[in-house]
Amino acid sequence: MLMFTFRRILQLIPVFFGATLLVYFLVFVTPGDPIAALSGGKPMAPAVEAALRAQYNLDQPFWVQYGLYLKNLVTLNLGQTFSGQEVSAVIIRAFPVTARLAIMALIFEAFFGILFGVIAGLRKGKLFDSTVLVASLVVIAVPTFVLGFVLQLVIGVQLGWARPTVSGTAPWNELVLPALVLGLVSLAYVIRLTRASISENMNADYVRTATAKGLSRRRVVVVHILRNSLIPVITFLGADLGSLMGGAIVTEGIFNVPGIGNLVYQAVLKGESATVVAVVGLLVIVFVVANLAVDLLYAVLDPRIRYV
Amino acid sequence: MALANIDMNKSGARAASDVPLLEIKDLAITFDTQGGPVNAVRNAHLTVMPGETVAIVGESGSGKSTTALAAIGLLPSNGRVSGGQIIFDGEDITNASSKRIVELRGNSIGMVPQDPMSNLNPVWKIGFQVKETLKANGLAGANSKERVAEVLAEAGLPDAAARAKQYPHEFSGGMRQRALIAIGLACRPRLLIADEPTSALDVTVQGQILDHLDRMTTELNTAVLLITHDLGLAAERAEKLVVMYKGQVVESGPALEILRNPRHPYTQRLVNSAPSLASKRLQSGKAKEALAAAAAAGTVEVAKPADVKKADAVAHAEEIKTHKPAGRGDTILEIKNLTKVFKLRGALGKSTDFKAVDDVSITVKRGSTMAIVGESGSGKSTVAQMALSLLAPTEGSILFDGVEVNTLKGKALFDFRRRVQPIFQDPYGSLDPMFNIYRTIEEPLKIHKIGNAKSREKKVRELLDQVSMPASTMQRFPNELSGGQRQRIAIARALALNPDVIICDEAVSALDVLVQAQVLNLLNELQEELGLTYLFITHDLAVVRQIADEVSVMQKGRLVEQATTDEVFNNPQQKYTQDLLNAIPGASLLV
Amino acid sequence: MSENLTPENEPRKPGTATPRLGKSSTRVIEHFVAPLEETPLAAVDKVDESGAPLSLWAEAWRNLRKQPLFIISAVLIVLVVVVAAFPQWFASVDPTSCTLDNSAEGPRSGHPMGFTLQGCDVYARMIHGTRASLMVGIFTTLGVLIIGGTMGALAGYYGGWLDSILARLGDIFFALPLILGAIVMMQLPAFRDNRSVWTVVAVLVVFGWPQIARITRGAVIENRNSDYVTAAKALGLSRFSALVKHVLPNSLAPIIVVASISLGTFIVAEATLSFLGLGLPQSIMSWGNDIAAAQPQVRNNPAVLLWPAVALSITVLSFIMLGDALRDALDPKARKR
Repeated sequence: MLMFTFRRILQLIPVFFGATLLVYFLVFVTPGDPIAALSGGKPMAPAVEAALRAQYNLDQPFWVQYGLYLKNLVTLNLGQTFSGQEVSAVIIRAFPVTARLAIMALIFEAFFGILFGVIAGLRKGKLFDSTVLVASLVVIAVPTFVLGFVLQLVIGVQLGWARPTVSGTAPWNELVLPALVLGLVSLAYVIRLTRASISENMNADYVRTATAKGLSRRRVVVVHILRNSLIPVITFLGADLGSLMGGAIVTEGIFNVPGIGNLVYQAVLKGESATVVAVVGLLVIVFVVANLAVDLLYAVLDPRIRYV
Repeated sequence: MALANIDMNKSGARAASDVPLLEIKDLAITFDTQGGPVNAVRNAHLTVMPGETVAIVGESGSGKSTTALAAIGLLPSNGRVSGGQIIFDGEDITNASSKRIVELRGNSIGMVPQDPMSNLNPVWKIGFQVKETLKANGLAGANSKERVAEVLAEAGLPDAAARAKQYPHEFSGGMRQRALIAIGLACRPRLLIADEPTSALDVTVQGQILDHLDRMTTELNTAVLLITHDLGLAAERAEKLVVMYKGQVVESGPALEILRNPRHPYTQRLVNSAPSLASKRLQSGKAKEALAAAAAAGTVEVAKPADVKKADAVAHAEEIKTHKPAGRGDTILEIKNLTKVFKLRGALGKSTDFKAVDDVSITVKRGSTMAIVGESGSGKSTVAQMALSLLAPTEGSILFDGVEVNTLKGKALFDFRRRVQPIFQDPYGSLDPMFNIYRTIEEPLKIHKIGNAKSREKKVRELLDQVSMPASTMQRFPNELSGGQRQRIAIARALALNPDVIICDEAVSALDVLVQAQVLNLLNELQEELGLTYLFITHDLAVVRQIADEVSVMQKGRLVEQATTDEVFNNPQQKYTQDLLNAIPGASLLV
Repeated sequence: MSENLTPENEPRKPGTATPRLGKSSTRVIEHFVAPLEETPLAAVDKVDESGAPLSLWAEAWRNLRKQPLFIISAVLIVLVVVVAAFPQWFASVDPTSCTLDNSAEGPRSGHPMGFTLQGCDVYARMIHGTRASLMVGIFTTLGVLIIGGTMGALAGYYGGWLDSILARLGDIFFALPLILGAIVMMQLPAFRDNRSVWTVVAVLVVFGWPQIARITRGAVIENRNSDYVTAAKALGLSRFSALVKHVLPNSLAPIIVVASISLGTFIVAEATLSFLGLGLPQSIMSWGNDIAAAQPQVRNNPAVLLWPAVALSITVLSFIMLGDALRDALDPKARKR
């Protein structure tokens, strides 16, 4: 187990460096001058420009710049926004909002996804199964922003069941509707994955043997089919947490949620490179950690993995 | 009144020993498939008396498993009993409620499944899986842990208490099967359905597990419904045989009588083809003609093929030798001190060496068949891979016609490929599913740029004819052919380049008995006709007897015995070889 | 398997080597033989020559034709492709001739879906917006197939260090969510200043290839050790030729399925980028742009947003349904034996 953990960490290290390097490269080093962007294209005094370059370490060679960026990322010394706020402070304010949103979305998709997936898988080919399958296809096909608008319009504005937009503090209850929208596409995937996994396991030899032992149908389903089928589903959910946080941009935009998705989007529009690089770096860390957690979870759930 | 009642029951129980435990009458089973309903079983009938062992014998698709599984309500979801009756202990359970079936399973009817690798749930400990069986049938009691260990120990699992805490993947195949036997017998069922309980295991392990199962069921007086494709094994283990063919029972009766005096033509065919019952090498057509002439002159009883075989065995060996054309007999393939070491990746980048093949030397004579026999892990297939130059040896050399194979490169290797061809075990994996049969057989000709399109087509036709396949097969695809037919196509492909040596890696192991006999006959005819040399890799000594001139026995990477086939069968020198011979089921029944 | 002491490894006990002579029963067992006419004996292993020869693809096609999911999606896709190629056949109104007189007007004769805030015909814009979306979808999928397919095939087939490096490289791009990565990349000056269908395709390919690479790698690994590949090598086929001639054709099924579904998701991604103002430029008519333009008016005039959204969703749905139908038809488990 320890060896396994160690090996996985070893494998994730290059991913972390590679991804942050990629983003850093994209934002800072490609043609175009971030300092010019800073000033909005207006001419700038050479002294000011030089000072800015020094501030963003742009006068250093690329590898040094990248090294300093990594150091700053770890120490949360992320520079300032155009309006003079510390980027770290802005992120610390926004991060919990997105985390809350993503966790709510995750709970939503896990609960309904597994529930519907299990029912559909156990009754393959029946009406419920077909309905759920078609519905899941539709949900995957309709873009999140369209879904978001429709739900905002119907539930938020016309029915008035929820606030159409989220207020500055983003309390739990106001995040219900955005979380639903955020989790909907993943919900469709969880349903399909669970269903496929269940129906595959139903035909497994060990399930037939369990039945032959004289176990009740209920016990066969719960102990033998469910336990085995949920392993891939749970690992999907774990990995999805990272994706949900990174993919919250659209949802946060629609509902005006003050999270990091909104933050990074605004920063991109303004050309505020420091914020973009910092947030994306952070999201890569979340992704990497979530993946590591999933791998370890997998090893706990499936005894065969531990000894690999 | 109460006493009288008890007495009644007692006498009833006494009488019950002559009442069948399981009776299947006119059973019909239908599967609903995309192409409409398919009758998998028709008019099947069999009876199992208490404590009796009954074997259902048949090839794949004969409906033998389906019939047995119907008795425990385990038909696949698209299958249903469409006629007849299943009576267990006087109770008609054909249409019993699912509640009643669940009650019967485990403590009245147990099951031991076929493949030990897939029949234990990989995420639960062995002990848990045994315990839930006991619990479900209300037999766990207060000391369930001890009971679990007892049950496992009974099945022959050493150190059972500790083993119960392990997961299935920590067990070897044989141990898993023992765990499954423990589960099947844990609740002391009166009937045990054993569905090919050992066919996925090594031959020597098979024998031990069947012996153990035999002993246990005799002690517990459990009736056994044994399902097997192996007539020899069935005859050896059961009092009664039921032979099934295409969903129907074609013959049933006392095991030994059926074996000695099969009446239905299908059963006769089975008895004649069963490799485990054969006692001589196959003969080519020419040799057979000569024999027929001799039979006409003398009086050889055709009804007792075994006697013919026995009498002929020695004479025939001589005959083969004298029939060999000139040029045969010199060495074509010489394997010298061959060693292959694999590096197994261990913890922290440390790797351990694993000697798959250890100092093996084998000499193969032109035009003869050399068999390499061994169980899984003996290294026999690794030798084959190296002889094909698909794998580089760690040490030692392989000389093909006096030329070192290892160092061949470029053109020389390309030419070597033309002369040595493989045939693999899995008939479903050895042909590219995307290539039709014509392209499959043409491919070697194309690779070696032999002939033009027209001459190649002619050659493909010839090759198909050689393996007794109709020319119309050319346009078909592998998925439309049966396993035996695919194997014949694989032989045709191997023959396309007129090779000298064909390396058969378990080439007939996956085939049904009759088809296996057919393919072996074909190989034998081709050898006679084309002067081919075979290196025949197999785990099955019974097959060796039918095809090989010489045998090399391998165990754990080492060569343990090497001699002519007759010597090995008549006078094995090594204990291991003897074990392998003993493992051939039914070998001693007909002699 | 570890070197655990199994009962099978133990030396055999003496006495087990006695010949087994079978069992005879004390009971009388009837010897039954079925009448021959009821169970006619067929020749051993005869070739079934009923029915025309059928390749796997032909078989898949035969299964596909019967699936309603496939028929519906195929009809829709053909329709979408025709609309994209010849929009003038479907809309006679010029989508760019907009007059503010018609601003946000409702449907009327000749303008079944009404007008946008700018007074453009919603129906005409919807029809003419098809081409951009479809082009992004198709070309991104092609690009992803070429890059991801090659990477995955090489990694899976050759394994070893090449596999490790390509796998990590894929992970790096995988670590950035598609939309996030695309947003960052689209704001690069080089892309921001030259926005077109091709820049969007390029960005989506950069962040989309690892998925196809993973699928291809898995499929290739599954096939590379097949006996027919070994047999081909033993026939003298070179390693690389075996990959091209045998391994890749047999790995295509899952790749086609995923590519079909991906095509749908790339169309969604383009629309999302356009919606965020980072995708196609305003000068190119596209559903994403139209939805973005309609967004401020969504509460007063939801139809303007709804129609392009419906067109978008149906297009994506048909590709995803196609993928689903293909998955069923090409499933190796379903077609084996």
